[in-house]
Amino acid sequence: MTFLPKPKLHHPELPTNAVGLTRRDYEGAISTLCAGCGHDSISAAIIRACFELALPPHRIAKLSGIGCSSKTPTYFLGQAHGFNSVHGRMPSVLTGANLANRDLIYLGVSGDGDSASIGLGQFAHALRRGVNMVYVVENNGVYGLTKGQFSATSDRGAKSKKGAVNADTAIDLAGLALELGASFVARSFSGDREQLVSLLKAALLHPGAAIIDCISPCVAFNNHAGSTKSYDYVRHHNEAVNRIEIITGREPIAVDYAPGTTVAVTQHDGTVLRLRKLAADYDIEDRAAAIGFLEGRRREGEIATGLLYVDPDAEDLHAHLGTIETPLNALDETALCPGADALAAINAALR
Amino acid sequence: MDATDIADPDYFHKVVDCQYACPAHTPVPEYIRLIAAGRHADAYMVNWHSNVLPGILGRTCDRPCEPACRRGRVEEAPVAICRLKRVAADFKGDISNCLPKAPERGNGKRVAFVGAGPASLAAARDLALGGYDCVIFEADARAGGMIRTQIPRFRLPETVIDEEVGYILDLGITLRAGTRIDSLRTLLAEPFDAIFIGCGAPRGRDLNIPGRAEAAANIHIGIDWLSSVSFGHIDRIGRRVVVLGGGNTAMDCCRSARRLGGEEVRVVVRSGYAEMKASPWEKEDALREDIPILNFMVPIEFTHESGRLTGVLFEKVEARHDDQGRRALVPTGEAPVHIPCDDVLVAVGQENAFPWIERDIGLAFDRNGMPVVDPLTLQSTHPRVFLGGDAAFGPKNIIWAVAHGHEAAVSIDRVCRGLDPRQRPAPHVSLASQKMGIHEWSYDSAVSTDHRFAVPHRAKPEALADIRAEVELGYDDQLAFAEAQRCLNCDVQTVFSARLCIECDACVDICPMDCITFAADGPEAELRPRLNAPALNPDQAIYLAKGLKTGRVMAKDEDVCLHCGLCAERCPTGAWDMQRFLLTTAQVEHACRSLSPA
Repeated sequence: MTFLPKPKLHHPELPTNAVGLTRRDYEGAISTLCAGCGHDSISAAIIRACFELALPPHRIAKLSGIGCSSKTPTYFLGQAHGFNSVHGRMPSVLTGANLANRDLIYLGVSGDGDSASIGLGQFAHALRRGVNMVYVVENNGVYGLTKGQFSATSDRGAKSKKGAVNADTAIDLAGLALELGASFVARSFSGDREQLVSLLKAALLHPGAAIIDCISPCVAFNNHAGSTKSYDYVRHHNEAVNRIEIITGREPIAVDYAPGTTVAVTQHDGTVLRLRKLAADYDIEDRAAAIGFLEGRRREGEIATGLLYVDPDAEDLHAHLGTIETPLNALDETALCPGADALAAINAALR
Repeated sequence: MDATDIADPDYFHKVVDCQYACPAHTPVPEYIRLIAAGRHADAYMVNWHSNVLPGILGRTCDRPCEPACRRGRVEEAPVAICRLKRVAADFKGDISNCLPKAPERGNGKRVAFVGAGPASLAAARDLALGGYDCVIFEADARAGGMIRTQIPRFRLPETVIDEEVGYILDLGITLRAGTRIDSLRTLLAEPFDAIFIGCGAPRGRDLNIPGRAEAAANIHIGIDWLSSVSFGHIDRIGRRVVVLGGGNTAMDCCRSARRLGGEEVRVVVRSGYAEMKASPWEKEDALREDIPILNFMVPIEFTHESGRLTGVLFEKVEARHDDQGRRALVPTGEAPVHIPCDDVLVAVGQENAFPWIERDIGLAFDRNGMPVVDPLTLQSTHPRVFLGGDAAFGPKNIIWAVAHGHEAAVSIDRVCRGLDPRQRPAPHVSLASQKMGIHEWSYDSAVSTDHRFAVPHRAKPEALADIRAEVELGYDDQLAFAEAQRCLNCDVQTVFSARLCIECDACVDICPMDCITFAADGPEAELRPRLNAPALNPDQAIYLAKGLKTGRVMAKDEDVCLHCGLCAERCPTGAWDMQRFLLTTAQVEHACRSLSPA
């Protein structure tokens, strides 16, 4: 945290993207989180992902609940729409917003308390319904705002800063998301910027419910020996299953890897995710295998990161419901209020 | 690449671009902070210690610091360092109590100085403070050298010269004004332990083209004419004046002529506008006073009629570059241009002249007729004779002369103590954390986004009416504060400790200039382009630190760092700290030490 605003001056050679913006144009207000917070790293990754995809900031809606994590949308995409909702209720507000205006890009930001404790039900239903969104969980395993009690994602056996040992089983949000039918499930680490940015870009391009469970060390309360969510612990136990390159229509494929080491996933909207496999027999489109793999890694004490599962044929809530393509705010009065005759016809149909 | 050795004072000195570029290594950010704090007397004394003549240099310096200023790489214009120096001088008040005094009992050594210009004054000040008995010989009636004779009063009021020259002479230095030294042999025979020659480059180059002799009455050598104007011997010039030459002397000549009756004054230059030797701001000042600058014209003849100058004939040329990129001025073949005029001022360069140095006294000269001088010690081949300023290496500027004066004084001191002058004393260096609290620094770390403030000028009709009316009025208190805030505090260094770093990337993300990268190590040439912001300015160092847990390296490009301290504020472990680096070059030690060899 700092009291000074970040100077507006920037590097004279700062590049611009396809919409003419610099990376700095995607920043928000200066962060008031603790110095060194993993969440700030995630904010920086979101800024870079949106810049690199050349997304117009004003076409993005960022929504959050309550907690350290849910403060962060203030610190990125200052030009985007924002909604800081009630604790754990971000998924419902996001679902509503998405139903009203499907043209925006929805970015839900939450934490382990917000999503795995008070908002676990909301988390489950938004994923189950297939809302087209990117759901980022900034997962530090503690309640930082209340001085570091274990959260629902703390691993059994992990030690608190004061030395207490956690006796409860951890909720694995990535595993849960697989169960619940999310069509894009990834795990990442705030200390691995390259991986996180590519996963965020892939998630932003995914036409369905995408979740990234991002381990984000709490420097103030969960970065000590005995923690399983510290920089040191995650760096030592991080096992990435793959690395992603995103290929949008106009970009040529830049790098060639040995045959058999890469796999391309073409989503139904035409975007291609090219994955460089790090775990040889990992099948990215096999949900059951992914669940098994996560369990296996967990038993070994390893943290599997990367894109764990993607359904290339994902559909979203609008497709399920057959809703109108036009955002509600663009419909005129006659469309929105078809009149008494139309109401009478509906009522008649239900008799 | 190799890890950076920040224990080497040269590393951080280079980061302070302005100070490094200053020949006298004035600690610029240090005095600018003092100005911002309203401590003008202290700011003045920082300058006085380093460059001896702050009020004079604050108006006339060639400002090598400003093109070097980091601010100029970050936005449009560098900090107005030179004019801030003047602010310190303008608002300092009475500083007589701050000035050091020469020791009451001298060390018994005597040093003679030839010429009372900036080089001699700087050397004499240092030596007088060290207990030396200093005697300055000056041909003119008053001390100051070219500062007094060549710089017009509308750029530098006489009161400023008198004051600052006075501070030096008041240290117990003897000035023998009106005494021209005609023989070095004779001077060497007098009881002096060392002789310092700071006689400048006193001869203005002439232009021997047809008509020179016939029209001589109205053709004047620039520096001689300026000197006559300065001493009040000349107070008029013809209505139409042509100034030949493109250096700062030409600019002073044309602007002086405008004030002495010259209504149509033109500057005519052989080269193009951009290649002119004059400082950009001096060219602008001339243009502002309605003086056209005509380029690519070579004088070929002074025209005259019955012994009176009627004008100058010019051949038009253009610049052509040969295969090696060398530039040549080639006639365009157009008809010569005649510019009618009443007077011509020739300002086509200056030369050294040493007719008074005998060639058989053990002081060697090179093929160009210049004395052989060791650039490190400023010692000639005669062990007791030292040179500085324009006399040493040909025409440069005041700040170089001052720098030479300091170095020569150190050499003279060492020689007098029986020490090797080639062994130079190390600079005084300190590096101290500026951290006051969690978000508090003892320097103003916020970065101003203001653009460079213009110095107010006197209204043109008023300025042109009086050759003694200073054109630049200087910053007032508020403008000075605002301009001082533009300084990036480059002397407050980002100091990194890899041992403490947890590689959380907080500094990388907060850095407004993308200076910091954590990456795999590699050779410098390969590393530079793959940093977060490619480091493509080879003049600026990469600060590289090793010993991180992941085996990566921390690479910081010094090029455009704002020294805002946000990396250190964001760092959860104190791996970054902001530390003030203060370097002062070694000068003659102030008295209180014995003369026996150390």
